[in-house]
Amino acid sequence: MNDVLDVALRLLIVFVVFLTFPLVIGQTEHKVMAHMQGRLGPMYAGGFHGWAQLIADGVKFAQKEDVVPAGADRRIFQLAPAVALLPYLLVLLAIPIGPGEGAVGQVIDAGVFFVLAVMGVGVLGSLMAGWASANKFSLLGGLRTAAQLLAYELPMLLTAASVAMAAGTVSLPGILDAFEWWWLPWQIVGAIVFFVAGLAELQRPPFDMPVADSEIIFGAYTEYTGLRFALFLLAEYAGIVVLCGLTTVLFLGGWHGPWGADGLGWVWTLLKTAILAFVVIWLRVTYPRLREDQLQKLSWTLLVPLSLAQIALTGVVKVVIR
Amino acid sequence: MTLAATAAHLATGPATGAAAGPHGFLSPTGVEIAFLLVGLVTFGAALVTVTTRQLVHAALWLVVTLGGLAVEYLLLTAEFIAWVQVLIYVGSVVVLLLFGLMLTRAPIGRSPDADSGNRWAALTVAVAAAAALVWVVVDAFRTTWIDLDGPAAGSTEATGASLFQNWVLPFEALSVLLLAALVGAIVLSRKAKADTATPAGQDTGRDTEGAR
Repeated sequence: MNDVLDVALRLLIVFVVFLTFPLVIGQTEHKVMAHMQGRLGPMYAGGFHGWAQLIADGVKFAQKEDVVPAGADRRIFQLAPAVALLPYLLVLLAIPIGPGEGAVGQVIDAGVFFVLAVMGVGVLGSLMAGWASANKFSLLGGLRTAAQLLAYELPMLLTAASVAMAAGTVSLPGILDAFEWWWLPWQIVGAIVFFVAGLAELQRPPFDMPVADSEIIFGAYTEYTGLRFALFLLAEYAGIVVLCGLTTVLFLGGWHGPWGADGLGWVWTLLKTAILAFVVIWLRVTYPRLREDQLQKLSWTLLVPLSLAQIALTGVVKVVIR
Repeated sequence: MTLAATAAHLATGPATGAAAGPHGFLSPTGVEIAFLLVGLVTFGAALVTVTTRQLVHAALWLVVTLGGLAVEYLLLTAEFIAWVQVLIYVGSVVVLLLFGLMLTRAPIGRSPDADSGNRWAALTVAVAAAAALVWVVVDAFRTTWIDLDGPAAGSTEATGASLFQNWVLPFEALSVLLLAALVGAIVLSRKAKADTATPAGQDTGRDTEGAR
């Protein structure tokens, strides 16, 4: 009975994190973008600095009619948002937030592979949406999504493999247990490559070619309305939480900090994740969108060689310090 | 349906059959029942994949099939293999497949011409291959069973150790095969480029056509 309670509690906590953190990041994005662009952002909903704006947005989405285009493939069209969103919920289960087994939803032996595999499945949702909408713009968006995923999954996997080599394990808590502070400069190239490739996989600016609203009108999501569209938006923000959390765990030492790692390790994890999420928003406001060919070129001619060099460096250092 | 059930049972033979060996077939454990049910779903999804007339649906049913296989690996405690299966096949191969479909021809609804005169030959080859595989696997693992209570027999560490100690030669041979495929792809794409370069020298108008 105790085990059942334990599992239920863990699932509940992960679910609550899954529901709240993306909203926090969404609201931060509203405010940070606004201030970076010299405006105030939402100010009315909820009173204090418009804190309830996203809840109001959610109510608005829930009220809207759920439209399925006449020419669309009905079932695939309706299934796509779930396929896009659920993988991120599963990934959250495997991300450790503090030291010990109590601070992770589920200890997974091949954790690195689990998170990358499941994140890749999420992209199928965009592809299904793009195809099933029966809309040329959506199809273009789906095509660009697929091309982008294929280009950026490789550097992501290679840099994650570099960390796994350094730690000698593919389990996420195991990697954190093996972490030393000097991994930071050692794996810094890998960290940057992983983060950039992750941004591209989430289709966040400056890699938002697949949704480019000014040319293909939000790509795969053109035909979506109401709650299903909201689910896609939620998937994007949940993706930011997952990517920042993973970068923190793999490259920035997770719960390790200059002090207080025993009791307050989770604060370090959350702090690092929040800073990375801020960087994600910052990049969106700062950089223009990359063109499709620039996007492919960046991956194949820069990120893949860099990640291969990182693996070579990891291997050399690993052999030398042995 | 009984035929499908028998086939699925045969296909899922090694673990259920072997594990049930000492206990008898009439008292299967929960894991064995789950293995059998997932095997049935996988088998059904595979059948739909090859029989459906809707091209993109076939690709999506393939996702279910490959995902079902990953679950079977998990039930056999091979966690690492399961996640690699999802990463490579569901995450990359199916995405590539969908990309190819969407790039060329992916109509919504049925394609009446999505049929092949080779279906009986394909069926024969498939049944022969399945029979050979099932026979080999059953023959090899008839008396082996997995101890579910002990340390995971298919953990990353165990898989890596056996792969790089006992199976290094097949592993390296496979990587040479992949290298050959890579070189072949490069040769093919370069040849296509040379073909389009010839008309470009004579007539710029035909260049754009060739590049397509």
